Amino acid sequence: MNTIRIQHQDFDIGAETDALANGRNDIGAVVTFTGHVRGDAGLTALAVEHYPGMTEREIASHVHEAEQRWPLTGVTIIHRIGRLEPGVRIVLVATASSHRQAAFAAAEFLMDYLKTRAPFWKEEECGDSKSWVAAKDTDEDAVRRWR
Amino acid sequence: MTLLYFAWVRQKVGTSEEQIDLPAGVVTVGDLIAHLKSRGSGYADAFADPARLRAAVDQEHVNFDAPVDSADEVAFFPPVTGG
Repeated sequence: MNTIRIQHQDFDIGAETDALANGRNDIGAVVTFTGHVRGDAGLTALAVEHYPGMTEREIASHVHEAEQRWPLTGVTIIHRIGRLEPGVRIVLVATASSHRQAAFAAAEFLMDYLKTRAPFWKEEECGDSKSWVAAKDTDEDAVRRWR
Repeated sequence: MTLLYFAWVRQKVGTSEEQIDLPAGVVTVGDLIAHLKSRGSGYADAFADPARLRAAVDQEHVNFDAPVDSADEVAFFPPVTGG
């Protein structure tokens, strides 16, 4: 079963991995990636906005692609929006499979696509000044290796 | 047609969403950008350098040669920075 949620509130990693694995005995691996807001020099908060509707569609299409590539039994993707202070969780990608290789690879694939295709934008707040985060070439390079 | 703007494109244009009637001759995303540029200083600023922009037609990423003449929703935004 797949879950895609865009939400303001925090998430509980244990509850999310339980939801992927509960009641099943065919799962051998659940891989989770959790992204946190890194407190780079002077950062007081990130403000995250997204394109409602397209975000969910875009993520769902990448989950579908991951399912074509690897034998997955479930995927959970949660991305937070709104004002997030350094240290807090911002994103969760959890993948479940019979074997760890598929779960690891799919989690990395989904994270690379999330960074470069899902319509989210971050604005950095450093005290009174605000600036939009620029896209990184290294993220584009990371996604290219899956093509 | 609904136009949506996100991040600094939204800030420069001054609104997140608006309805427009597509003028005759506007066929592609690129044509629409050229049209929007002429709508005022905020638009001119937002669309000054199309290389910094990305577009979606009916919630799918597209290139600037994609058609917009039968679209319901077109969005303009900077390269995405989620995750």
